[in-house]
Amino acid sequence: MDGHETAKNLELLTFRLGEQEYALDIMSVREIRGWSRTTPLPHAPKHVKGVVNLRGTVLPVMDLAVRFGQSPKEHCDRNVVIVVKHCDTVTGLLVDAVSDIITLDQESLQPPPDLASNGQTGVIRALTLLDERMIRILDLETVIANERSDAA
Amino acid sequence: MSTPDPMAEIRASFFVECEELLEALQDGLQELFDGSDDPEMVNVVFRAVHSIKGGAGAFGLEALVRFAHRYETVLEAVRSGSVAVDQDLLKLFFRAADQLSDIVKDCRNEVPVEPERGADLLTAFDATLGADVEAPGAAVEDIDFQPRTMSMEFDEDDAATAAYRIHFAPEAELFETGSEPLILIRALQELGSCEVTCKLDNLPPLDEIEPETPYLAWDIRLETAVEQMEIEAIFEFVEGLCTLTIDREVPASQEDPQVPPPPIYDEQSPAADVPSPPTPGTEASITSAQPAKPPSPKATGTKSVVRVDLDRIERLVNLVGELVINQAMLSQSLETVGLSPHSDAMHGLEEFQRLTRDIQDGVMMIRAQPVKSLFQRISRIVRETSAAVNKDVRLITEGETTEVDKTVIERLADPLTHMIRNAVDHGLETTEERIAAGKSPEGCVCLSATHKSGRVIIDVSDDGAGINRPRVLQIAIDKGLIPPDSVLTDSEIDNLLFLPGFSTAKKISDLSGRGVGMDVVKTAIQSLGGRITISSGNGAGTTFSISLPLTLAVLEGMVVHVAGETLVLPLNVVIETLTLSPDNLDEVRPGVLVVRVRGEFVPLFDLGHQLGYRERQDSYMDAVVLLIALEGGGRAAVIVDNIQDQRQVVIKGLDDSFYRAPGIAAATILGDGQIALILDPSDIIAQTDEAGTHEKTLIAAEA
Repeated sequence: MDGHETAKNLELLTFRLGEQEYALDIMSVREIRGWSRTTPLPHAPKHVKGVVNLRGTVLPVMDLAVRFGQSPKEHCDRNVVIVVKHCDTVTGLLVDAVSDIITLDQESLQPPPDLASNGQTGVIRALTLLDERMIRILDLETVIANERSDAA
Repeated sequence: MSTPDPMAEIRASFFVECEELLEALQDGLQELFDGSDDPEMVNVVFRAVHSIKGGAGAFGLEALVRFAHRYETVLEAVRSGSVAVDQDLLKLFFRAADQLSDIVKDCRNEVPVEPERGADLLTAFDATLGADVEAPGAAVEDIDFQPRTMSMEFDEDDAATAAYRIHFAPEAELFETGSEPLILIRALQELGSCEVTCKLDNLPPLDEIEPETPYLAWDIRLETAVEQMEIEAIFEFVEGLCTLTIDREVPASQEDPQVPPPPIYDEQSPAADVPSPPTPGTEASITSAQPAKPPSPKATGTKSVVRVDLDRIERLVNLVGELVINQAMLSQSLETVGLSPHSDAMHGLEEFQRLTRDIQDGVMMIRAQPVKSLFQRISRIVRETSAAVNKDVRLITEGETTEVDKTVIERLADPLTHMIRNAVDHGLETTEERIAAGKSPEGCVCLSATHKSGRVIIDVSDDGAGINRPRVLQIAIDKGLIPPDSVLTDSEIDNLLFLPGFSTAKKISDLSGRGVGMDVVKTAIQSLGGRITISSGNGAGTTFSISLPLTLAVLEGMVVHVAGETLVLPLNVVIETLTLSPDNLDEVRPGVLVVRVRGEFVPLFDLGHQLGYRERQDSYMDAVVLLIALEGGGRAAVIVDNIQDQRQVVIKGLDDSFYRAPGIAAATILGDGQIALILDPSDIIAQTDEAGTHEKTLIAAEA
């Protein structure tokens, strides 16, 4: 995201997890895929959904809702996997549905309040209002990197 | 590097060439060391150093030029006969070759080379040459050197015309593949003057002629200036489809012993070249076994080589992997459609399958490399280690031409280095002890590589004292690795060496004995899909045997279903399959099951439960059980729901950056596009042991 921090406008992909709305910098998104059955990994943490075949490579998929503390639920055809690339690691993020691509300027971003540590605050980089709805802008680095230190 | 710099490319290719020259240098020295009195060998060694110097001069690598020049000077003296070669001088040459390769490495990495590098060697060189030969000053003058014409590069008569007798008899397949003898003969005519005689001897009477059987053969006398390999190149595409002999006509006066007439141009696959290892200790095994050894380096020149960037090969390997998966998908969907197996589409698919496999094998062959480069590195380790521990050690290598996947070779270097150091440091006795035991004072370490039933076997053996089993047992007990009252068999004691934290060295030497021991070696080998075993006779040395898969890219696997998931087990670990019945299933205590296999109790695990896919089930009657060989020799039985197939799968690495699944070695993509996990059974069982009970620990100790 670094390169775009300075740019005036920020392009974001918004998506839903349950009732909540989130957004990701579009530059880190590689593609969006329909949900397909994952192959579960033995003894994996709950939010590690498993692996899927991404054109011949093995793509690990993370259930973002579970990662953020929501309860796991059955997945349907409308669910999508957002394939993101961060520091040479390609990961799939399972979300309920992708909503829109929005363009924001930096001024409309607000820092997240430093509230309870429900495992979610760190991963949110900023908040913004869109049609009176709160959008949480994710810090991808923390979402994925924390994951890595947890595993280690 | 963003912009390709043409000079950088040339530079890179110079360093690649250096590697080859250094290899040739090592080879030549080894030949001489093994007692070859072929004067050509000295020339080979000289030429290698000379070429490195030449290239280095072109790139302004002064340190390299300086050292190579001094080295060359000594070799020149040897070549001219003013200095006699003996073993000590050769050892000096070996060290100089090591130094040379170090300097080359530094130059490549653009590390400044301190001018003192190899000063001791240079002094030794001067001592060899004596005071009367070149003073150091002269060397500096000559650094701005001119390439010399070297008379030994070619035989004089090579440039002149030579006559060849070619006998060419096509077989029926030659015509089936669309080749045409006339074109071949015309191509020959372009090389020089030809006398073509058609042999009609086999021609039957007209009424007996089979229209599709070739009866004609040709004798051709060709006078040409080109080399024999160019003639052979013409017949390259009909190789194996005809009887072909190319003999060089020898002028009556001189017989050239260096070019033996190869009767049929028939390049054997390197794998077939590997001889069975000769009995250790016999004189014949002393030389590095290189079957069909070319009598002179001139003959090696006939092997043409293309240098290919490794990335390109990687891409090809990946694409072929895709192809295999794709083809599996295609055949699965055709089956689903319900096509008759006798339909044209299915026949076509079969052909497609065969081709895919051929292509796959072919691509894998590209990645295969002879283990020679690895062995050469090892020979350096032996020299350095033996000097450090003051032992006289001879390294014998066998099967250097055995080919293994490049990745395997790279990842084998560290464990092998460790094992060789161990062999020299711990395996071999000191010189005094050897003399006292009535052995030759010179210790012997043998490194051999062979192909055996689809795997590569690498043996590291020494002729030292063998494993001191009472001491090993005592150390294991002292370190608390096993209970004090353990009664172990010899092979169990030997396997204690692989336990983490085990080290037998009485004193910690520089080289080994830090407790990072054989367990690290074992782990490294296992991560390559290999096994390591140990055998030892008291007083008769120790042999470590490593068995490795030929490639890391494909795997023969058994596809099984467990709890709704598809999993792949490496076929080489599956010993047999059985069905559970009241007769062979026993419960030691609740939750601990064993299965009886021919009177032996084997621990039984539910794979679905082990992997956390399902709860332990109440009854396992009639379940399918696979008997698995564990690393280190133990056995275990795992329960699966059913066996689907036995097939080759393409190994896909798992990105374990955020979750490393226990018991999973890799993944593969099935015909339906789904991912199946490839299991590492030993790891799964080991996971149980960590959380497990005493019985299981004992099972692990046995494993």
